[in-house]
Amino acid sequence: MIRDITIGQYYQAESKIHSLDPRVKLLGTLVFIISLFLGMNIWIYLVATIALIAVIKLSKVPFKFIIRGLKAIVVLILISAMFNLFLTPGTVILKVWKITITDRGLQTAVYMVIRLIYLIMGSSLMTLTTTPNNLTDGLEKGLGFLRVIKVPVHEIAMMMSIALRFIPILIDETDKIMKAQQARGADFETGNIIKRAKSMVPILVPLFISAFRRADDLAMAMEARCYHGSNGRTKMKPLRYKSADYKAYIAMAVYLGICITLNIVL
Amino acid sequence: MSIIVDKINYIYEQGTNLERQALKDVSFVIEKGEFIGLIGHTGSGKSTLIQHLNGLYKATSGHIYYDEQDIYDKNYNLRDLRNKVGLVFQYPEHQLFENTIFKDVCFGPKNQGLSKQECEIRAFESLRLVGLDENLYYHSPFDLSGGQKRRVAIAGVLAMQPEVLILDEPTAGLDPRGRDEIFAILKRLREEKNITIILVSHSMEDVAAHVDRIMVMDDGILKYDDTPRNIFKHYKELEKIGLAAPQVTYIMQDIKEAGFNVRTDAITIEEAKKSILETI
Repeated sequence: MIRDITIGQYYQAESKIHSLDPRVKLLGTLVFIISLFLGMNIWIYLVATIALIAVIKLSKVPFKFIIRGLKAIVVLILISAMFNLFLTPGTVILKVWKITITDRGLQTAVYMVIRLIYLIMGSSLMTLTTTPNNLTDGLEKGLGFLRVIKVPVHEIAMMMSIALRFIPILIDETDKIMKAQQARGADFETGNIIKRAKSMVPILVPLFISAFRRADDLAMAMEARCYHGSNGRTKMKPLRYKSADYKAYIAMAVYLGICITLNIVL
Repeated sequence: MSIIVDKINYIYEQGTNLERQALKDVSFVIEKGEFIGLIGHTGSGKSTLIQHLNGLYKATSGHIYYDEQDIYDKNYNLRDLRNKVGLVFQYPEHQLFENTIFKDVCFGPKNQGLSKQECEIRAFESLRLVGLDENLYYHSPFDLSGGQKRRVAIAGVLAMQPEVLILDEPTAGLDPRGRDEIFAILKRLREEKNITIILVSHSMEDVAAHVDRIMVMDDGILKYDDTPRNIFKHYKELEKIGLAAPQVTYIMQDIKEAGFNVRTDAITIEEAKKSILETI
């Protein structure tokens, strides 16, 4: 159950998407997200769907794997759909007791659900095809220009890479602790909300303790290897663009161009 | 009480490129009161196997019968099974969460739906069994040493009064004294309660002297299932799968090769000593 969260998990495979420069994938994800929020236009979503399916095919990540990440946010999606469905003014198309559904409400709700689903799929696809190390390398280099205005880019990138690196570890840890408590007769599935929230305590306390212990150990290990931030630090494998990366940039530009055109024209 | 495992298979992450078969046609029978060592190197499937025994994992195919009842039967209550088959995970001290040791040990019995009084009686009894100093009962479990924490965690499972106790690497990361303490607890449990114990380990040395049956796992297959004495006769094959017989076995083999007629099936230092003295 807990393993269903795929955000931040890497899926090992050899594909064109996997071998792209992380900066390309980061910008690509950003472009994809921007295109989703351009406007409520069925054509844009159609183009986005085609692009998404094409990239998923290219990435060789099984579709099932990407969908699994959605299970974790079903509740969030439902809540936002409800708000949009019931609270948007417009022409009433259905009225039951005090609840009204308007045409615009229905439209917004559907778009909102698609947006959220695509958003999660797009970003999981990035993390599934990029190792956390690569990802932060990409961030660090891609946002390096911010150093001019004294943004500690390296430190932020390091923090992010550690956070990402720890997601699967903590998921495994949660899984282990859950099983250990289940072996002691704990029950997480039945009862009302309060009972269920209470049943999380035996998981959360050990989880926090282990997170702190790991943080401590890691800090110690980094210091023991003389880590002192970005000054004078060089990379073993510096990022360099290859021809495939330029092609990907062009594809991205074309994609964004199509989306913007569609938004203006239609 | 008996456990019958009938040809179970387990496949991780079926349908992805991470697919891996962790158990392949594993079958065996465990009778009441047995003390079993389950041995295999890392990734051999031993941890996966024991999690099947209390229903945390469901086999991809095959059956497990506890007391002649199929645990995969629709009407079978898995929580009941977990009360009878106590499982102590690796590094069990990482599961402690209450603010006093006593309360933490009460967690299991409380989940069984016992009265407060009954829970406390059981907590006292199991803390006594693991030999924890009484002055510590109301301290925070996080103030204890590693070995003490582990004993508290074991007490937490014992308090549920299982018929079968499974321990996954209970001595990992402990110093020799902590290790001896754990084995002393297991001995006491056998003497006082006659419960079935399955001890998972990757070290032959650890289990050889204590258990009366060893099961060797290799790459998801149950390779050997015999008495320690018979198992160590295969010491050359054991080496091939990344395990080793106790050092005594090697010494006795060397002595024999040097021309002395000693018993090569000695598994403890005591036995070896006796055999050498007899030969000389």
